[in-house]
Amino acid sequence: MLSRKWLETLVGLFVAAGIAALAVLAFKVSNIKSIDVAGSYRVELRFENIGGLKVKAPVTMSGVRIGRVAEIFFDKERYQAVAVLGIERQYDTLPVDTSASILTSGLLGEQYVALEAGGSDEYLKDGGQIKLTQSALVLEKLISQFLYNMAAKPEEKK
Amino acid sequence: MTIFQELGRRTLLSVERLGRASVFLSDVLAGSWHLLARPSLVVQQVYAVGVLTLVIILVSGLFVGMVLALQGYNTLVDFGAESSLGLVVALSLTRELGPVVTALLFAGRAGSALTAEIGLMKATEQLAGMEMMAVNPLTRVVAPRLFAGIIAMPLLAALFTMVGVFGGHFVAVGQVGVDAGVFWSQMQNGVDFYDDVLNGVLKSVVFGVVVTWIAVFEGYDAVPTSEGVSRATTRTVVTSSLAVLGLDFVMTALTLGEL
Repeated sequence: MLSRKWLETLVGLFVAAGIAALAVLAFKVSNIKSIDVAGSYRVELRFENIGGLKVKAPVTMSGVRIGRVAEIFFDKERYQAVAVLGIERQYDTLPVDTSASILTSGLLGEQYVALEAGGSDEYLKDGGQIKLTQSALVLEKLISQFLYNMAAKPEEKK
Repeated sequence: MTIFQELGRRTLLSVERLGRASVFLSDVLAGSWHLLARPSLVVQQVYAVGVLTLVIILVSGLFVGMVLALQGYNTLVDFGAESSLGLVVALSLTRELGPVVTALLFAGRAGSALTAEIGLMKATEQLAGMEMMAVNPLTRVVAPRLFAGIIAMPLLAALFTMVGVFGGHFVAVGQVGVDAGVFWSQMQNGVDFYDDVLNGVLKSVVFGVVVTWIAVFEGYDAVPTSEGVSRATTRTVVTSSLAVLGLDFVMTALTLGEL
């Protein structure tokens, strides 16, 4: 049998290693820091169609993530989709005429909201609204438009 | 007619065993406050069920992670989606394989040892001896082992998952050539701390309670002969493995909310 001191040291090491493993899972595997939507302000967007946008999808500006989609719901009076963005407090100088569009990362990647700054001197505040929005591209609509154009072209040539 | 009699007898017996196991658990828990006075009893058992199980857990975790990465890569590369390999490995490990495989190994390595130990104590009349000296074997022998199992199991599962992720990283980045940055960033984007990691920890705590409970009960309830102890040990491994797999399905269905 081990002496009592050794046994206690080994058990202590075991418990410490287990807790360290949990910490690794929290910070390295799941990146707990980026989840908080608490330290952020909210901005509302209205879209005709949000495509496959999901809650927690990234919000980027010039490709850098500055927030996440906090909430998505349907406005039943205006028949529009409303996405509420949570933007980190440090980025509080977005002009009021900022425009937003829903883009896809890569060919089959997930969808995200890309913001583009306008030229206004006034800044967006908590609860503000971005008016210039561009809906998500729906692949089926795009293809049918393309086919329609293809079918129309030969007639133009005559 | 005798088939039905036998069936009924067995059903009644297993219901009776379940009831006895529940009464046993509540007796152990009721007397467990005595442990506050002697925490070293628990520490000793954490060494036996935790530290000594560490090697098999770490080695299995490493190989499970490496195999996951290899298999996942071969499937994902057909779709040009090998950048999601980190996510696949991490999600499978945190949600399912970490807690479940750890619990199965724990049942085989530590659970069977607990049953054999307590069963032999009973067969050699050590438990009866304790009672003669007015020491309650439930609080002196069983409770420390039960709590040690409940403490050790989540820690082992966390270590298994962590080692598995690094094993997956070793194969994905070192062997098949997935970019290290993509491997980690996809994983961090896709794995949620509350839904995935804490869910896995919750599972491992539940499995720890169930496996240790079955192990100590089977030992305490064993027929005090060499054959009885051997049968109890077998039953521990079989019952706790089945219980872990069944509970895992129920808990996954509850947390994913698709049933």
